[in-house]
Amino acid sequence: MGDSQYSFSLTTFSPSGKLVQIEYALTAVGAGQTSLGIKASNGVVIATEKKLPSILVDENSVHKIQLITPNIGVAYSGMGPDSRVLVRKSRKQAQQYKRLYHEPIPLSQLVRETAAVMQEFTQSGGVRPFGVSLLVAGFDDNGPQLYQVDPSGSYFSWKASAIGKNVSNAKTFLEKRYTDDMELEDAIHTAILTLKEGFEGQISGKNIEIGIVDASRKFRVLTPAEVDDYLAEVE
Amino acid sequence: MSITSYNGSALIAMVGKNCFAIASDRRLGVQFQTIATDFQRIFEIHETLYVGLSGLATDVQTMYQRLKFRHKLYNLREERNMRPETFASLVSAMLYEKRFGPYFCEPIIAGLNEDGTPFICTTDLIGAKQLSKDFVVSGTASESLYGACESMYKPDLEPEELFETISQALLSSVDRDCISGWGGIVHVVSADQVITRTLKGRMD
Repeated sequence: MGDSQYSFSLTTFSPSGKLVQIEYALTAVGAGQTSLGIKASNGVVIATEKKLPSILVDENSVHKIQLITPNIGVAYSGMGPDSRVLVRKSRKQAQQYKRLYHEPIPLSQLVRETAAVMQEFTQSGGVRPFGVSLLVAGFDDNGPQLYQVDPSGSYFSWKASAIGKNVSNAKTFLEKRYTDDMELEDAIHTAILTLKEGFEGQISGKNIEIGIVDASRKFRVLTPAEVDDYLAEVE
Repeated sequence: MSITSYNGSALIAMVGKNCFAIASDRRLGVQFQTIATDFQRIFEIHETLYVGLSGLATDVQTMYQRLKFRHKLYNLREERNMRPETFASLVSAMLYEKRFGPYFCEPIIAGLNEDGTPFICTTDLIGAKQLSKDFVVSGTASESLYGACESMYKPDLEPEELFETISQALLSSVDRDCISGWGGIVHVVSADQVITRTLKGRMD
C-alpha cells in the first residue's frame, strides 16, 4: 500500500517501519535453491540443492559450498554472485585475524564481521543489500556451531535451519527429526531426507552438495560418489 | 645519547614451576637526573597476563594504554581473556605497524596458559618476537641482566625460591647500571594468586 512509495530508496524507512529493499532481498533469498544445516553433537553438516540450468553445464566446475578457513564452510540461498563476494570478504577477514593474533578466527567472530559487512550495504549510498542468506558451519574451541546470516545483517545460531525455497516444510521436517544428541552420521542422513522432501526430480550426488566438519576441524565437501553412498543408505 | 637510554630501565621475567615472576626497577630519570623513584613499568592486562615495558617512558605509557584498549575490546567481543601467545602476537603486530617510526620500547610479556604452564617472551622495538623457556630481560641494564640470570637461574623453582632468584638477579644488575635502580618491584604469579613485593636495594 503506502509501502511501495518508499521502496525505491534503500535508506528510507517506510511508514510501517520497514526497509522495503531488505524485504525484497529476503524474497530473492526465498526464491533461491534450498539450503539447510544441522548441528550434531560432534560436528555440523550443511547441504544445498545444486540444480543447474542445463544438462550441458559441467557440474564439477560448480561449487556452491565453499571453504572460508580450514574449519569453516558456508552454503547460501539466493544470488550466487553475491555469495561469492561475501565469501571473498570473509576469507580476507579470517586471514587478517590470523595475521594479527596467529590464531584461527572463532566462528562467532567471523560471522559477526560478515554480518557487519552485510549491514553496511543496508545503510550506505548507491549500493543494494546482498541477495543471499548464508549458512555458516564450523568447528572451533567452542565446539560445532551453525549460524545463519540474513541480508539485513542479522545473524542467529541454529541447531538446525533451512533457507531458500520450501523453507517452512523443511523446518517442520527438521523440528520433528532433530534431537540434541544426534551424531554427525545421523545428521547427514536427516539432511538428505529433508532435501529430498522438497526435491523436484531425481536426487543424486550430482544435483546436491554436502559439506561436513567434525572434531578433526577440517571442513570438507563430500564428493558426488560419497553423496551417492549416503543416498543409497537413506533408501 | 641514545633515545632508548634516555629514561633508564631494567626488566626481567622468569619461568618457575607452574608460576612466573616479572620484576622491574623503579627509577625514572632524565638522563643523569632522577625524577621519580616509583615509576610503573609492569602492567596487568588480566589476572594471569602481565606486560613489562622498557625504554622511553612516554612510549611505555602509550604502549600500555593502547594494549589495554585492544585487550578490553577483545574481551568485550570474544567474551574471554586473551591467551599469552595471542597477546604476544598482538604486541608484535602493533609494534611492526610503526616499523618506520617505531615506539622506543621493548616489551616483555609474561603469562600463564589455560593449563597453568607459564609463558614468557620479549620483542624488540619493531616487533621481532623471541620466545624463551627460562628468562627474558629488557632495558638499559640488559647486558648485566643476561649475565646475572644465566648464572642464577634454575628451572622448576617454586614461587618463593623464584622470588629470591629474580630479586637477586635484578638488584645485582641494576647496581652496575647508573640509570636504572632505586629499588624494585616483583610480581610472582601462580594460577591462584599473585604476590607483589617491593625491593629496597642501593637507592641510587
